[in-house]
Amino acid sequence: MADDLPPPYTALTRHPMMPRTSHDETARFNFLTHFNRYLSGPIGAGNRLAYEKRVLPAFRAEHGRDPEHRYEVRDAMNLDSWHRMWSALKRNSMEMRQHTGRQAVLRQLDELDAMAAQFNEHSGMLELDPAIEQPRYQTAVDIHCQPGGYHGGERTGDVTVGANYDVGLFATTGGALGGLNDGGGQAVVEWIRKERPDWRPRRILDIGCTVGHNAVPIAQAFPDAEVIAIDTAAASLRYGAARAAGLGVRNIRFVQASGEDLSRWADGHFDWVQTTMFLHELSAQSMPKILAEANRVLAPGGLILHIEQPQYTEEMPLFEQFMRDWDAFNNNEPFWSAMHGQDLKQVMAEAGFPREAQFVAGVRAVVDPAIFPPAPDGGEEDYGRAAIWNAYGAWKPQAQAVAA
Amino acid sequence: MSEQLDWVALSGRRPKGKRPEFFDEPALDRLYSVVFALAAEVSALRERQDTIERLLDAGGTLRREDIEAYEPDREAGRERGLATRAYIARIMRGFQQEVEAMEAQDPPIMDIVEELSRR
Repeated sequence: MADDLPPPYTALTRHPMMPRTSHDETARFNFLTHFNRYLSGPIGAGNRLAYEKRVLPAFRAEHGRDPEHRYEVRDAMNLDSWHRMWSALKRNSMEMRQHTGRQAVLRQLDELDAMAAQFNEHSGMLELDPAIEQPRYQTAVDIHCQPGGYHGGERTGDVTVGANYDVGLFATTGGALGGLNDGGGQAVVEWIRKERPDWRPRRILDIGCTVGHNAVPIAQAFPDAEVIAIDTAAASLRYGAARAAGLGVRNIRFVQASGEDLSRWADGHFDWVQTTMFLHELSAQSMPKILAEANRVLAPGGLILHIEQPQYTEEMPLFEQFMRDWDAFNNNEPFWSAMHGQDLKQVMAEAGFPREAQFVAGVRAVVDPAIFPPAPDGGEEDYGRAAIWNAYGAWKPQAQAVAA
Repeated sequence: MSEQLDWVALSGRRPKGKRPEFFDEPALDRLYSVVFALAAEVSALRERQDTIERLLDAGGTLRREDIEAYEPDREAGRERGLATRAYIARIMRGFQQEVEAMEAQDPPIMDIVEELSRR
């Protein structure tokens, strides 16, 4: 019965930049890891029961039909006593994760800032540009309820938000991302090695890299490649570059830049453009801009790959769409709902990736199985959080057919 | 520790973005925050005590730095994980049984009282 227990927090790799946690901070993260799994598993089932046994019948009685949109399900469920209690529990669990992480980070911020500054000065892997503006979709709310979002801070030049992101991700994901929280990047590497074993990309761009936990494993897997990891948030990049340097990675550069304007790179400069759990943190107008820029800087024959939770399709029951939408409204991820409602293949096609060049693949977190149990199966129980994703991608055609 | 930074006060900073109101009575929202923060603290206390007991058992003496440095091996990690799962099951009983009640849909007890008074 204990085979699916999450590992203790101490299973995380203590790389040089990782904030040190006290015994009791570690224990709080252990509690939250278990609590999150409990909320999505044993009592998460109550949401479906409440829906099927009383919310849906009441909706049918009132309207004489079934709900036609996930928002109708949401409006009805938000009146249900069980769903309100469950949501309050889950919201509190997110807030407690932030509070615990921030206590650990802020009490040792002097040391973390000094170490980051030293790593970044010596590695030359960090390139900040104060002229980069923080886009509205990053500042409208603090994403994931992380105070300061990805970009804020407690003082000039600090690494608070990056360090807090890294120190607590384990608890949010129930330990499913592995010792370096990099199971997503490892999954991408595993997929590409199976798909194109002999492929040797030379230049790789990761857009929206935050602390680089998914870009670093790509750099490690392709040591001869040059990886550029960009983000608009200097506070995350400072931590990410220092984290990578602390891990001994040399072939990656963290550059402050917006994916909406990649004009510093020439057409076809990159062999591979990657985003991981990024598109849902954008906005309706910025996403196509970024995809079009990604298309422009991608070389013919190159790969574009987006790791995301599955898109909502007509085949996906409205109740599941509603549950997957929870984070949009209750965990400050406001583009999550609209983004997942889009036809991503059409959006990609409009950005210049022909439909026939596109593909969708399923990937799951790659972690050390000796320490980390496999990610729980059955995405239904872990709506939006399971370490099982869809990879939406395209191989850019070698050359567009020349019109006669 | 930082001289300038009040890490205790700053750590609880509110994230930007309006917080959903889950209950009609705001006090219930506040109460949930308190109860589950306490739940986490009790869990942490239990884990700390477990660390002390294991260290005393192993060495016969106790040094405070040993507690901070303690890392469970795989078996201890599993035992403690299981203990945490059991603890959560205890404090969450009310919620868990409500799920089962939704499944079972028992009639009101008065129905049974009346039924048995007749047959």
